[in-house]
Amino acid sequence: MKKKLLAMLLTGAMAVTLLAGCGSKADSAKTEEETNTETENTGETADASEENPDTAADAAAGGSQTLKVWCWDPTYNINALNVAADIYREEHPDFELDVEEIDGESISAKLATASTSGELNTLPDIILFDDTGFQKSVISYPEVFLDLTDYGFNYEEFSPGKVGMSSVDGRHYGIPFDSGTAIACYRTDILEQAGYTIDDFTDITWEDWIEKAKHVLDVTGCPLLNGLSCYNQLTIMLQSAGGSFFNEDGTANLTDNEILRKTIELYTQMVEAGVYTEETGWDTYIGGMNTGRIAGAMNGCWIMSSLRAAEDQSGKWQITNLPSLDGIEGATNYSSQGGSSWAITTNCANPELAVDFFKSTFGGSTKLYDEILSTGAISTWLPASNGEKYTLPDEFFSGQPVFAMITAYSANVPECYVGTYFRNAMMDVANAVTEIIYSGTDMDSALSAAQDTLNFEMSQQ
Amino acid sequence: MKKRSLEMRHNLTGWAFIAPAVILLVVLSMIPLIKAFLLSLQSGRGSNLSWAGFLNYARMLQDPNFKQTIITTFYYMIWTVPIMIILGILLAVLLNDQMLKLKGIYRTCIFLPAAVSLVASAVIFRSLFATDGFVNIVLVGLGIFDTPYNFLGHPTSARIIIIIMRIWRWLGYQMIFFLAGLQNIDASMYEAAKIDGANKWQSFWRITLPMLKPMILFTTVMAVNSALQVYDESVNLTNGGPGFSTMSLAHYVYNTSFVNVPNFGYSCAMGMLILVMAAVITFVQMKVGDKRE
Repeated sequence: MKKKLLAMLLTGAMAVTLLAGCGSKADSAKTEEETNTETENTGETADASEENPDTAADAAAGGSQTLKVWCWDPTYNINALNVAADIYREEHPDFELDVEEIDGESISAKLATASTSGELNTLPDIILFDDTGFQKSVISYPEVFLDLTDYGFNYEEFSPGKVGMSSVDGRHYGIPFDSGTAIACYRTDILEQAGYTIDDFTDITWEDWIEKAKHVLDVTGCPLLNGLSCYNQLTIMLQSAGGSFFNEDGTANLTDNEILRKTIELYTQMVEAGVYTEETGWDTYIGGMNTGRIAGAMNGCWIMSSLRAAEDQSGKWQITNLPSLDGIEGATNYSSQGGSSWAITTNCANPELAVDFFKSTFGGSTKLYDEILSTGAISTWLPASNGEKYTLPDEFFSGQPVFAMITAYSANVPECYVGTYFRNAMMDVANAVTEIIYSGTDMDSALSAAQDTLNFEMSQQ
Repeated sequence: MKKRSLEMRHNLTGWAFIAPAVILLVVLSMIPLIKAFLLSLQSGRGSNLSWAGFLNYARMLQDPNFKQTIITTFYYMIWTVPIMIILGILLAVLLNDQMLKLKGIYRTCIFLPAAVSLVASAVIFRSLFATDGFVNIVLVGLGIFDTPYNFLGHPTSARIIIIIMRIWRWLGYQMIFFLAGLQNIDASMYEAAKIDGANKWQSFWRITLPMLKPMILFTTVMAVNSALQVYDESVNLTNGGPGFSTMSLAHYVYNTSFVNVPNFGYSCAMGMLILVMAAVITFVQMKVGDKRE
């Protein structure tokens, strides 16, 4: 009897300590995490506001100058933010940024959790979004996004195509950040072995490009391009002629889309000729260029920061514009891919501060854009291209004034309709392309199956 | 009277012992399950949800991607489960041999993959089978292929690599169960069989396999359930591609919530279907496999 009682007591004690143990562990982990972010990112933030987010929010109304941000790339957009904060701090010495590094997919997951559970106070003040996912997020989680239309931000000083990426029904929800103007980069030393120079790849069409690429492959054994499956490549080619997966009214437009059909036809030829290698992971994609297995790259201009990682290739690269689609009306040698925009959340206690920060930095400081230029972050704020650094020659790219060139390209990029269901459409088209290339399905039936799938996906309500 | 209260006390002690486990199970498993079911009855984009009855379940029947991913998932299951069970039994029998030396090392080597994180092993497999990876270097070096083959870029070979990776990873785990089962078989049975003139082959078929039957049933149920939930391999090794050709059902469920325009209700409905399929398949296996009585 006594033994049993003892056993019960012990079990109870164990359960209690177990639960208590869990609790304290979680607490200490949390504190540790907070201390980490504090030391890494903000340095001198007031301790009191850090330890308790609620007090931080309360204090904000009373003049706290700290903004919390989610974004993802330490060498790119986080770096840009920190430079911007330094510039803003010259006028506002109390200003602080608390940057948390979270990859884009985790941001989607966290956003979904916060929004569906109604716990909006778990969100930061500012979130960075990929342009192709911006409208989707606004439509899916309208309660999260602050409508910035009436905050007096100088949207007219940005390129209209870029502003459109973060607008829904004529209302502005984002602040444009970097440009995704597409460039073609080639290893001139490899081209030379095949008897070509960069001029042979400038202002050409895709059919011409494929012939030349085949010759390069025969002589040197290097495919000219690779890519993460077909996603980015198809989008770049499609948008170079102003094409879209959708009609202007938002309905799916895959089957009778002349630009899309031409794109897929050319892409299939590229893969079958072996001049384009489909990769399954980002590591092998970048690795292909950095190891010299692939003799070129075609993507948004942000790809330059990945090329620079291979320092031994300095001086061997040059950039030029893209090939254009053959026989398509409105085809150009220019396109865009990637690029991102900032959003301010409804959880932000001090939206005036956030807007003012963006007004005086990303929407008003040539100094900022000059400083972040070396990372490949090219401005979509039009006055920035007057900055002196934009005209300097770049050693890595054989002395070309790459930033001035890209800025000139960006003026020619056709405006395209992205659409809320862009990501779904891209996946469905990728699947159709896979069937065309690997299962020998004809384009008509593959595209009509993709159109059915996309229509099905868009019918959710 | 006194006896009764003693029994009651016994019962109470029992309840006290299982209470923590039950509470955790209810809070962490049952409540989310019920919530997921309720969510599966709603539909809409992102947080704009409204009640839709069983619409999401009807939607599944018309969804081409759902059909394709469920076929892929069953494809993985049909190949991995039998190969894993047969190889697992063979390895366990070999490693259980009394004459074998360095057993510990072999067992550790075969079990080790199960201790490696799925993401890490996916990264290893991706670099092994990359166009400039180890496998291609060997195949081209031996003159079997003229040029490197893009294993993960072709639908069929990419699926085969996912199957190989699953077998590589889970084989050791299955083998441990069989080893435990083998060690529970009384050695005197083999002796008796030997005296009766049975050879090794006969004693394997007549003694080892029948005695392992409960273990085979258990491992099959486990393997089928894990095959229905293939996710990490599909995401990390191929990202579902090329196209949707290697995407598993669980990966598609994730995509409908977090990659495409989010539809949480539909995702939950598909999750519920995975649950029902797992339950039904397990039930059938238990009925077919369990012949005691």
